[in-house]
Amino acid sequence: MTAAPPRPTPASPRPYRFPAFERRELSNGVRLVIAPVTKLPVVSIVAVIDAGAALDPAGSEGLALLTARALVEGAAGLTERAERLGTELDVDADWDTALLNLTVLSERTDEALGLLGEILTGPKFPEREIERLKGERLAEILQLRAEPRGLADEMLGRFVYASDARYSHPEGGSEVSISRISRNDVLEFYEARYAPGRVTLIVVGDVAAGDVETMAEAALGGWSKGSGAPKAPAPDTVARQTRAVHIVTKADAPQSELRVGQVGVPRSHPDYFAITIMNAVLGGLFSSRINLNLREKHGYTYGANSSFDWRRAAGPFSVSSAVQSDVTDKALAEVFREIMRIRTEPVSDDERSLATSYLDGVFPIKYETASQIATALANLVIYDYPADFYDQYRPRVRAVTAAEILRAAQQHLDPSRMQVVVVGEPDAIAGPIERLGLGPVATYDDTGRPL
Amino acid sequence: MRIPIETFTLDNGLRVTLSEDHTAPIVAVNLWYHVGSANERAGRTGFAHLFEHMLFQGSENVGSNEHFELIQRAGGTLNGSTWLDRTNYYETVPSHQFALALWLEADRMGRLLPAMTQQKLDTQRDVVKNERRWSVDNQPYGTWWERIPALAFPPTHPFHHSLIGSMEDLTAASLDDVRAFFSTYYTPDNAVLTIAGDFDPAEAKSLVERYFGPIKRGRGKPPLPDLSLPARFDSPPREVVPDDVRVPRVYITFRSPTYGSDGYYAASVAAAVLGLKKGSRLHRSLVRDQQLASEASAFTFDLAKGADLLIVDVTARPGISADNLERAVVAEIDRFMLEGASEAEVERAVALIETEFVSSLQSAGDRADKLSMFATYLGDPSRINTHVDRFRAVTASEVARFARERLGPAHRATLVYQVKVGDLVGVDA
Repeated sequence: MTAAPPRPTPASPRPYRFPAFERRELSNGVRLVIAPVTKLPVVSIVAVIDAGAALDPAGSEGLALLTARALVEGAAGLTERAERLGTELDVDADWDTALLNLTVLSERTDEALGLLGEILTGPKFPEREIERLKGERLAEILQLRAEPRGLADEMLGRFVYASDARYSHPEGGSEVSISRISRNDVLEFYEARYAPGRVTLIVVGDVAAGDVETMAEAALGGWSKGSGAPKAPAPDTVARQTRAVHIVTKADAPQSELRVGQVGVPRSHPDYFAITIMNAVLGGLFSSRINLNLREKHGYTYGANSSFDWRRAAGPFSVSSAVQSDVTDKALAEVFREIMRIRTEPVSDDERSLATSYLDGVFPIKYETASQIATALANLVIYDYPADFYDQYRPRVRAVTAAEILRAAQQHLDPSRMQVVVVGEPDAIAGPIERLGLGPVATYDDTGRPL
Repeated sequence: MRIPIETFTLDNGLRVTLSEDHTAPIVAVNLWYHVGSANERAGRTGFAHLFEHMLFQGSENVGSNEHFELIQRAGGTLNGSTWLDRTNYYETVPSHQFALALWLEADRMGRLLPAMTQQKLDTQRDVVKNERRWSVDNQPYGTWWERIPALAFPPTHPFHHSLIGSMEDLTAASLDDVRAFFSTYYTPDNAVLTIAGDFDPAEAKSLVERYFGPIKRGRGKPPLPDLSLPARFDSPPREVVPDDVRVPRVYITFRSPTYGSDGYYAASVAAAVLGLKKGSRLHRSLVRDQQLASEASAFTFDLAKGADLLIVDVTARPGISADNLERAVVAEIDRFMLEGASEAEVERAVALIETEFVSSLQSAGDRADKLSMFATYLGDPSRINTHVDRFRAVTASEVARFARERLGPAHRATLVYQVKVGDLVGVDA
């Protein structure tokens, strides 16, 4: 064994700025956000369309997702043409918007934008393909019944929100709502929600802004259509008022998949930075309290974390872990102990500075690729951030104090209203969980029907 | 596009690759040890991976869990992973913190054992058992990645046994095993170090020499037996597994040319023609046209020794039986053997592979990992700069020849997941 050289001290940080970007607008109102980044000959494009799942009509949940997926179907060989350019057409709808993502070698930017124009402006929506996509979505829903992680996430949404809130239903719809959707519904949704004034095109990579504008004008400038309905309203987020435990049956499960959660806060909340640091200390980092407790101290799990699901309206806060079945009650007790503790004592300076220096320092690493930068710029559009949001991010993170963290925990975490979801074997876990006294314990089958 | 590369070797055998890129103040440090589950002794399946966990439990000058904390406090990301024939450890940090990442890697390469305790081993054993439950036992189809190597490699072959390991073998692992594994395999002459990103090469060389130079060379590792295998099976293996799943799934696995070998590129393009993305044959035919499948893909495992595996993976639509699905998959493979691939199909596959590869190099961590991989597997990190050319050189007739010669019935290992009786509720027949 050899003597160790001393632990090094850091040099001084080298400067970094989030890539400069500029905004332009096409003649028909399609907005452009362009960030030239010359690193490798690669370009990433994101089209953001104000046509997310929060706009699904009640009873037709899943329509936004189905419409987005159906955009690329029908026109002859669209998928193959895109793939011969080396890019996959990835179109999906999340809660807030529909998103089309692609990455190509920069020499193919023009052709890629041309394809994107065809997709957005001239979808065919053939009946057969719509029915097939509905079938594929039904297969996803069916498979989820046997997949504990996805099932636990879905059930948390169902139990945290009141049943008439859009967020209590799956983003992509349920068996019942999907079965009801017709081609005509897809056409109507497209006509109402896809229009030049509701589209922002983000282009990042080895390309000049002027060239992008010319190419985009050729691809999309001829698309004329009313400006579409106004910006999406935020969905209702009615919470249940009392804590309860929901055991969703997975027979003979060797692990319990846990979720402990409540309605969180909208992305635009002024406490965003305090909440982010508070969550990092609680369960957002590997070295967070919940992970060190459940994994490194007790060995109950391979991993445990907490997160706020940021949406335009208040998405859920949740703690997630998968623990071996026979310690389910002990793990839940530790989760609640950590939630109580972060609401009662200020975090130490060591913990606060670990979280702030991590989020401050890792900032450039989060934006290494054109695709990561394009996604960040998409968030700027989706959440209406000010133009200097990314320049202000690091100073705002560094400024968060222990008092603000404590206040964020007290205001935004309410253990008396949290819902507990456990996907597991009820025979092994229900008794010990009842003895914890968290609240009424109910058992369900894998579709969420009470047993 | 050309990735700059400089290589040197320390006296103790550590091979080092440097690759500068000053577009962002970021440095990736990446270490590959040439050891994986293939090197485990009988009765210790899962040990290479359990050992990887122990490397985050501190070393002589680093406290328990301090490795994670120090890197995160520095604003960095980190992790490690274990594979059949290698284990890697990596950090991406702001450039002014890159000495810290190197120092931490050197401390655990040189001075791990003083920090090892029974209690740490017991806790990590529990963590790994929970990782097994999470990723294998409690996941639909979760056993596929231990069943397929078990089917495709004979029982005496080092790639045959489970990487994550059996519960019994994990229980049996001892601190003596930790000591022996460390001194045999975690030595500078059995490792490759890559540094990629915004650093000064002279400073990097001097730090590497200072931190890693004093670590002693190993005494050599036991050689693996001959890993080569015939492409054909003596009798094509087949396993049917009733599982807690809602729709059947079929895997068909072939032994294929090892990663980076002359035959690899045509094999990999053939896999992409068959099952990379939605324009592939399997997706077009089984998902889009016949509507028998909800998902279909094909890929190579990218093993660099003995034989690689080419795996076809198709999941049924609700109401489609495993038998019907399997017949349709086999018919597509038979058709591929007969017809080969068109120029357009090869062009599509190569274009997708190229974009994916070039795009991944934007990240310093991915670039460093690929450089370590090429250095470890092929002895030459500069293969990163000719990799795409080798794919571009693949012709439709090479793909057709591979399909004809390597995808026949005697080359197929079949794994079928069936819906366990009693779980049928909810299936629309």
